[in-house]
Amino acid sequence: MTARVEERRTTLRVEQRSAIGTFRRGLALSPEFRVGLPVTLLLAVLATLGKVIVPIAVQQVIDRGLRGATPDMPFIRNAVLLCAVAVLLTALCGYLMNVRLYRSTESGLASLRGKGFRHVHDLSVLTQNTERRGALVSRVTSDVDQISTFMQWGGLMVLISCGQLLVASVLMAVYSWQLALLVWACFLPLVVVLPRFQRWVAGAYTEVRERTGDMLSAISESVVGSAVIRAYGSEDRTARRIDEAVNAQRNAQTRAQKIVAFTFPITELVGAAAIAGVVLLGVQLGIGGTITAGRLVAFLFLITLFISPLQTATEVLNDAQNAVAGWRRVLGVLDTPADVADPVGGVTLPRGSITVSFQDVGFSYPDGPPVLHEVSVDIAPRTRVAVVGETGSGKTTFAKLLTRLMDPTAGRVVVDGVDLRKVKFSSLRERIVMVPQDGFLFDGTLAHNIRYGRPSATDDDIDLAMTELGLTDWLQGLPAGLATPVGQRGESLSAGERQLVALARAYLADPDLLLLDEATSAVDPATEVRLARALDGVTRGRTAVSIAHRLSTAQAADEVLVFEHGRVVQRGPHAELVRQDGVYADLYASWTSAARTS
Amino acid sequence: MSSERDHSPTVMRQGLRVIGHAVRAEPRIFTGAVLASSVYGIMTVGSSWALGWATEHAVLPAFRAGHATTGTLVTAALLIVGVAVLKAAGVIGRRVLAGIMQYRMQARSRRDVTRQYLRLPLAWHHRHPTGQLLSNASSDAEAAWAPLAPLPMAVGVVVMLVTAAVAILLVDPVLALVGFLIFPAIAVLNLVYQRRLSPLVMRAQQLRAEVSEIAHESFDGALVVKTLGREDAEAARFQAKADRLRDANIAVGRIRGLFDPLLEALPTLGVLAVLLFGSVRLAGGDVSSGELIQVSYLFTLLAFPVRALGWVLAELPRSVVGWTRVQDVLRASGSMRYGAARLDADGPARLEVRDLSYGYSYDAPVLSGVDFQVRPGRTVAIVGPTGSGKSTLTQLLVRLIDPDGGRVLLDGTDLRDVARGEVSATASLVPQQTFLFDDTVRGNLALGDGGEPVPDEKVWAALRLAQAEGFVSALPKGLDTRVGERGATLSGGQRQRLALARALVRSPRLLILDDATSSVDAQVEGRILYGLREGSPDSTVIVVAYRMATIALADEVVYLEHGRVADHGTHDELLSRCEGYRNLVTAYEREEAERAALGADEEVVA
Repeated sequence: MTARVEERRTTLRVEQRSAIGTFRRGLALSPEFRVGLPVTLLLAVLATLGKVIVPIAVQQVIDRGLRGATPDMPFIRNAVLLCAVAVLLTALCGYLMNVRLYRSTESGLASLRGKGFRHVHDLSVLTQNTERRGALVSRVTSDVDQISTFMQWGGLMVLISCGQLLVASVLMAVYSWQLALLVWACFLPLVVVLPRFQRWVAGAYTEVRERTGDMLSAISESVVGSAVIRAYGSEDRTARRIDEAVNAQRNAQTRAQKIVAFTFPITELVGAAAIAGVVLLGVQLGIGGTITAGRLVAFLFLITLFISPLQTATEVLNDAQNAVAGWRRVLGVLDTPADVADPVGGVTLPRGSITVSFQDVGFSYPDGPPVLHEVSVDIAPRTRVAVVGETGSGKTTFAKLLTRLMDPTAGRVVVDGVDLRKVKFSSLRERIVMVPQDGFLFDGTLAHNIRYGRPSATDDDIDLAMTELGLTDWLQGLPAGLATPVGQRGESLSAGERQLVALARAYLADPDLLLLDEATSAVDPATEVRLARALDGVTRGRTAVSIAHRLSTAQAADEVLVFEHGRVVQRGPHAELVRQDGVYADLYASWTSAARTS
Repeated sequence: MSSERDHSPTVMRQGLRVIGHAVRAEPRIFTGAVLASSVYGIMTVGSSWALGWATEHAVLPAFRAGHATTGTLVTAALLIVGVAVLKAAGVIGRRVLAGIMQYRMQARSRRDVTRQYLRLPLAWHHRHPTGQLLSNASSDAEAAWAPLAPLPMAVGVVVMLVTAAVAILLVDPVLALVGFLIFPAIAVLNLVYQRRLSPLVMRAQQLRAEVSEIAHESFDGALVVKTLGREDAEAARFQAKADRLRDANIAVGRIRGLFDPLLEALPTLGVLAVLLFGSVRLAGGDVSSGELIQVSYLFTLLAFPVRALGWVLAELPRSVVGWTRVQDVLRASGSMRYGAARLDADGPARLEVRDLSYGYSYDAPVLSGVDFQVRPGRTVAIVGPTGSGKSTLTQLLVRLIDPDGGRVLLDGTDLRDVARGEVSATASLVPQQTFLFDDTVRGNLALGDGGEPVPDEKVWAALRLAQAEGFVSALPKGLDTRVGERGATLSGGQRQRLALARALVRSPRLLILDDATSSVDAQVEGRILYGLREGSPDSTVIVVAYRMATIALADEVVYLEHGRVADHGTHDELLSRCEGYRNLVTAYEREEAERAALGADEEVVA
């Protein structure tokens, strides 16, 4: 129970930066974004100018080419050709801008992904809080994708839209300030209304995302839980739950689609009203002689330039919000300091038998009560140590401190006379290896997984290791031996077999201290004994520390450490501890009680 | 890439067939969407006509005459706004109906696919990776119907183009010729664009999925990565894939960057051509100024919607892939057949296993010739080395999978002759891997199928027997606390105890525990086993076990080796006559003895 409370405390830092601050910090972290930015922006401006070519051409042709009784054909021809060249040039600018934009943003985002991924592996939340892993994955995938979408579409749209509105407004003001004011008066209310629409739309899509999450988890039950569903005949119930989730998601999607459908044409309606207004007012102005026919007609084309930016505005706003939120989350990861850091100029320890000493070690999670108090323990080289105690007694914390998955909050852990915090990571991981209970395997072959701890190992090395571990018999029973694929997370193998592979992996890595966290819980006793013997390698002089809830492990150990309420309350060989009155004697009694009742 | 382009006529045909399925499934909605979209198409052309009319009849005469007719002006304004309102109505109708159709089809596929998952036998599940099955029901079902979103618009655009062609032809054949050159050019350019783009987009999507897979796997295996000091190697593996994604995205960007400006430039050039040739025609008196404006405006309006044709085409390859994957699931055969026999005897069940064999692949049998009987009410331990087929055997005993050879008989009836639902009502398996539903404690235990609800006393009794009463009553909402994937965090041992209680609440006549207490503290485990022995006299119990404490609880032992029954008898019998068994269960004791001897040797050497 205490372990559960601890998990909740180690969460990710919540990033509270403002949108501008996020943007600034993000740009600072990814200098790639700024490479050649001025040129890209210049190209964007030039590309935007292409939008007003048609209104200008229309105005020129009507007011100058068609002014006389007969059209002024040479003028019209020259004007049209000039405009055509301008159109092609601005298209070229558009092409160059796009290519540059994609190149710089994608480079920046790829390295951001990489940095984020590497940093996540330094965060203890990854190993502490398994339920947050999905969220961490999205930090380096979908969150970055959202930034990417914005940079390549939304952000660009903002630039182009603003440019388009600006250029169109300037031209309108030049043609007729009265009509320009009229057009602005028509569109201004939209500027106020659109953010409200965007909130509706965003709310609807948040709902869609949540319902989609529910739906995916309902669907996944039918796949992940397929055995239990069949064993308990609960197919109909599961089907009903899936139907509910699928239909709820469909309804949410339909609702969001309706909101978008009804808000989308509003801009165009306003545009039509503006056009009608321009016709009505323009004619009056024309009669007064303040505007030419060509300019009035050009207005009709210019108004269309207002419609598309405002039509996409809700989407762009959405996009921008998502991008800022995504960026904030990515930065939240990157700005969370690593819980344990590789020391600069760290010590490399020579390989060989290892001495470990816990000196007044204490540990507490941030804002939490201490979970380990003043633990002082020496582990002699070439010994076999068993760590026992009830759930929540601190034995897992002890293991995490020994492997430096966390640092103590008091006292120190010393290896061969050096504080663990001063030992280079690469050296530490070579000398101390932990084998966790769940025997996690990577999607690939058996050989691929066994080699994971020592990539340089040859096939012969692996064969030899399997022989030494006494696993050749088992290996031969597999369809393709070492080339057998283990499936995602090793799911093609049984739990016990996964543990065998995990142990072979650690064995090949050949550390000086091996920490087994109930690493053979699903393996048969004969194999377990054989493995234990091979792993602590009597001849190799390896130290083996086992976290155990089995009597046999404790019996076989040279020394047993008994944990209770975060303290080592007893230590010594099994035979000695059993005779003492204390926690261990109680544990022993309960271990043997089931056997005795028969 | 080139191969995809070679095959594209087939893809196109298949894609249209997929669309055909949707149209047949939702004919009314589709018709409504197409009608609405046609209104939109016609009104788009109509708006340019309204503008031309306004120019010709209201604006230019007023400029020429120096005064305006109010009636004409108001008509012009009403015309412009009226057409826009109709167009907006068309847009709304099109979007809403297209959405309804698309989401209905998606939901239908998802329901069909998951129904099939629930129907297909576990052996089928074993052959397909979890990730693939999940994406079949989520992203593939989505991709299959993705073209339905732009489809009505595309149909509306066709209507729009036909209307526009007629409208321009009525104005002037020369200007029509310009249009007939420009718009097919836009359509062809767009087609080329989508053809070149879609394989690149698909590749980028594939890579995005792969990047995500690496992150998932690496983070799930974080403890292994960290304790073996492989963080940098993992980061390099991830970065390599992220860089490939970057390159794929840049390739997409290059195509987009080339075609988007071109597609925008083409209609602009069209308008310029209209101005040029229109002026010539105007000089000849063949068109009026208003008509010239009308055609130019039409070109500006048509430029964007014409692209919708390309969107549909762009979605087709992805749609075909999604549809094919969904169909593969729906077509999968080999569902379990059920008989009509019932298992309604009272008291503990009688179990017979006759000459049973099973293999996940044909060349490597996991079980062969397994033969044993269990008398009602007995507790039998199944013991054997790791990988000897114990878990597979438990799955055969409750008919999660059917044997390749031999039979499993419950109360003398072959499991394959038993009616649907009867086996699960009689026998409960607690598997090695705990699985909890995303539901409350009560929901997880009762798994109510609409029948009468399980009374709370029964639920608590089962929890008590599984040693789960204490922590469940301490949960914030007791039996109504949500557990499972997104529920309260429970330890491995607590989850196992809930899974055990789920079996016990059914008072099964045959209870099978596959190493079902491996994460439970020894003391708690002892109490559970003691309780089971004392508290379930109406069950025949099969336990897969290694531990002496568990084995000692059993009346007899079936010892498996290499997928065969090596011996069957009481613990003492096997201990005395079966060497493999003896080696297995006494491993710890022998180890202790040998170690003591070795220790003595070492001291001598030192």
